[in-house]
Amino acid sequence: MAKLTVNGRVHDVAVDPETPLLWVIREQIGLTGTKYGCGVAQCGACTVHVDGQAVRSCSLPVSAVTEAQKITTIEGLSPDGGHPVQKAWVALDVPQCGYCQSGMIMAAAALLAENPKPSVADIRSGITNICRCGTYNRVQAAVQRAAGTSAAG
Amino acid sequence: MSQTIEATRRGFLATASAALGAFTLGFRIPEAAAQPAAAATPELNAWVVIHPDDRIVVRIARSEMGQGTLTGLAQLVAEELNADWSKVSTEYPTPGQNLARNRAWGNMSTGGSRGVRESHDYVRKGGAAARMMLVQAAANRWGVPAADCAAAKSMVTHAASGRSASYGSLAAEAAKLAPPTEITLKDPKDWTIAGKPLPRLDTVDKTNGKQVYGADLKLPGMLNAAIRDCPVFGGKLASFDAAAITSRPGVRKVVRVNDSAVAVVADTWWQAKTALDALPVVWDEGPNAQVSSESVAAWLKEGLDAPQAAVGNRVGDARAAIAAAPRKLEAVYGYPHQNHACMEPMNATALWTAERCEVWTPTQNGEAALAATAEAAGLPPARCEVHKIHLGGGFGRRGAVHDWVRQAVAIAKELPGTPVKLLWSREEDMLHGLFHPVTQCKLTAGLDAQGNLTGMHMRISGQSIVASIFPQNIRDGRDPVVFQGLNPDGPEAAIGYSIPNLLIDHAMRNPHVPPGFWRGVNLNQNAIYLECFMDELAHEAGKDPLEFRRSLMQRHPRHLAVLNAAAERAGWGTPAAPVNGLPVHRGLAQTMGFGSYVAACAEVSVTPAGEVKVHRIVAATDCGHAVNPQQIEAQVEGSFVYGLSAALYGECTVKAGRMEQENFDTYPMLRLDEMPKVETVILPSGGFWGGVGEPTIAVAAPAVLNAIFAATGKRIRTLPLKHHDLRRA
Repeated sequence: MAKLTVNGRVHDVAVDPETPLLWVIREQIGLTGTKYGCGVAQCGACTVHVDGQAVRSCSLPVSAVTEAQKITTIEGLSPDGGHPVQKAWVALDVPQCGYCQSGMIMAAAALLAENPKPSVADIRSGITNICRCGTYNRVQAAVQRAAGTSAAG
Repeated sequence: MSQTIEATRRGFLATASAALGAFTLGFRIPEAAAQPAAAATPELNAWVVIHPDDRIVVRIARSEMGQGTLTGLAQLVAEELNADWSKVSTEYPTPGQNLARNRAWGNMSTGGSRGVRESHDYVRKGGAAARMMLVQAAANRWGVPAADCAAAKSMVTHAASGRSASYGSLAAEAAKLAPPTEITLKDPKDWTIAGKPLPRLDTVDKTNGKQVYGADLKLPGMLNAAIRDCPVFGGKLASFDAAAITSRPGVRKVVRVNDSAVAVVADTWWQAKTALDALPVVWDEGPNAQVSSESVAAWLKEGLDAPQAAVGNRVGDARAAIAAAPRKLEAVYGYPHQNHACMEPMNATALWTAERCEVWTPTQNGEAALAATAEAAGLPPARCEVHKIHLGGGFGRRGAVHDWVRQAVAIAKELPGTPVKLLWSREEDMLHGLFHPVTQCKLTAGLDAQGNLTGMHMRISGQSIVASIFPQNIRDGRDPVVFQGLNPDGPEAAIGYSIPNLLIDHAMRNPHVPPGFWRGVNLNQNAIYLECFMDELAHEAGKDPLEFRRSLMQRHPRHLAVLNAAAERAGWGTPAAPVNGLPVHRGLAQTMGFGSYVAACAEVSVTPAGEVKVHRIVAATDCGHAVNPQQIEAQVEGSFVYGLSAALYGECTVKAGRMEQENFDTYPMLRLDEMPKVETVILPSGGFWGGVGEPTIAVAAPAVLNAIFAATGKRIRTLPLKHHDLRRA
């Protein structure tokens, strides 16, 4: 039995310790906003925060995370969609199919937490998630907008 | 037994309906749906439902997979309805309801960039008819002529008496009226909702994790399945040793699926997937195990000079003109297999009993999914239902062929009364795509002494999607879709050049790899072949690539207009500013497909080490009527990601009969750090309706390849670019 702290709540989960964090979040805890894309840490659709750091949860065994570590998923990024990154995403109508966007938003939020005023180059090298619909230019613009909003607010 | 199933079904219906929110009608048996405008349903017609509290629900028959059709179609209905846009939401009618109501919603197929362009007329009429009925209901209530009433922003008013009534208060009365027989649609110049860059209706839930995709579906009592199909296309499942894994945690059943696949059903998907990984399986790979990309290429190469070929476009006598020309040019191009690689792998949830079968799945064609469900279930379609869910990418993979639905139903048949969700691993998705067709093309042309093009022969050799998926549409060995963008004329996909002697033909060669409609379809390679060869011809003739094209485009004004727009906006004819000390070079391409005219000008630099950087692309689109300009921009930008991913990296290679690329580490794609700036010019010339989801993909690669030639003097004739050495000699 492992204990995981997800979005501020402690969950007891009974799984094989090798189970990737992604599948524990989706199947045991029941939060499906975090997506399965590739299973090999290539696409970033599974990005969550572990103690504020962006982590590709498809390739992290649940046994590598302790109860003391704070896991945040897209559902816990803000109570009401009010995180500056989410607001910027809505303002610029970033998503197309939307499947990769939870991971994109989590990657962007982690980037801004570490680097509140990223340059364009910082954004372009810092967001490495795959989007097949091709929302990249709006992703870039939305991160810039969120950075500005954060500074203003 | 059946009582238990009924109880289970009711239980999960409530959940499923809540989970899917406004986007399905929830569960209804088709018999119930067969009665339209039931007392409790404030339905004015198939397209418009208005609730007493003024909420408007627009029914959308096409599937939303990111392309924005949900919002665009709702705009068209709301425009004619004179709706208050802030009160508009949408829902999908189910394919079973469409069947029961004699296809009240028409075609549900969502491919070929047809969502808006093929349903704009009847959905607008649905909106207009509802508006007319609401006005009539108000006129009846007030005892005044309908002509004296006006409708705007979800209100009907009678100016003379100062009376007004909201749509919600009129809907029940309006629904009882006979629908109007004569409907006049608005002139698009008067649009206030359609034609405007409105925000999408489905954005918020895609930013907070609430959007439910098929892969996320949860039903009470549901089990999860992972599957492995024979990696060699056409191979069979010989045997498997279920006993080796049945004691693993969570495993419920190991199932043979049709004749080529095996699935593990478990409590969770991760348990099913890892058990499947541990399952000993023996395949009967069959003769296709001998096939490789090299053997396919050799076969296609033979087709380049084969005597038999189906003609797609013929003007004059191309062979004679080329033979007589003082200057000749020949080049051979090729385009590889590619996987759609939707971000959401294929999946479906199926519930089967002897009486009924239901499927929940992301599909581009709900009706085809229903047909596949019924066939796999062994039940008539009227006893089946498909619940459509927003797609995590479609790109043509989830349209015509519902192989994953058939598998899910076959698995569910082994567990009657228990819903089973089948989710493919990424590896399964990569190995069992419906791949972009593989083709080669030999282009031969003659120029006169002044460098004018006198004749051209374009021989395409390779795979036909239609022969595989819709073989009934092959006539006399000819696949008409092979000639996208090369057709003589017509509103769909016509060539933009007048060439005095022209022959375009196709020698069909169908390898065992299953082909599919891959976003942009055959326009992708055809535009590369034609537009790169045009660049070669211009160079051979010593002419500017834009001027050379213009001289052949005078009778193709819409093709020419987008080409001119892209070139002018990019600054063609003036030097591009260097970036990081490197010169920037430009390349052009234009084409027509899916009813729209598109062109691009790419700006590219190549480092001395041979690294290509695409800095900026100016793209012009004439789609006739532009329903939502900001979504057209999104589609154009996204098209370059899809097209550049293909040009730079996209390739699935065959070895021992199977695909070699199993995940994104060996099938890379464009990421943000490589994304160029995209400037979209929309030139809505009106008078026709063109698609926007696909055509621009086709100009991405040739514009970049032509710019690479300008930068390096090297012609790239086979993709992907990653195989080519562009270092300075």
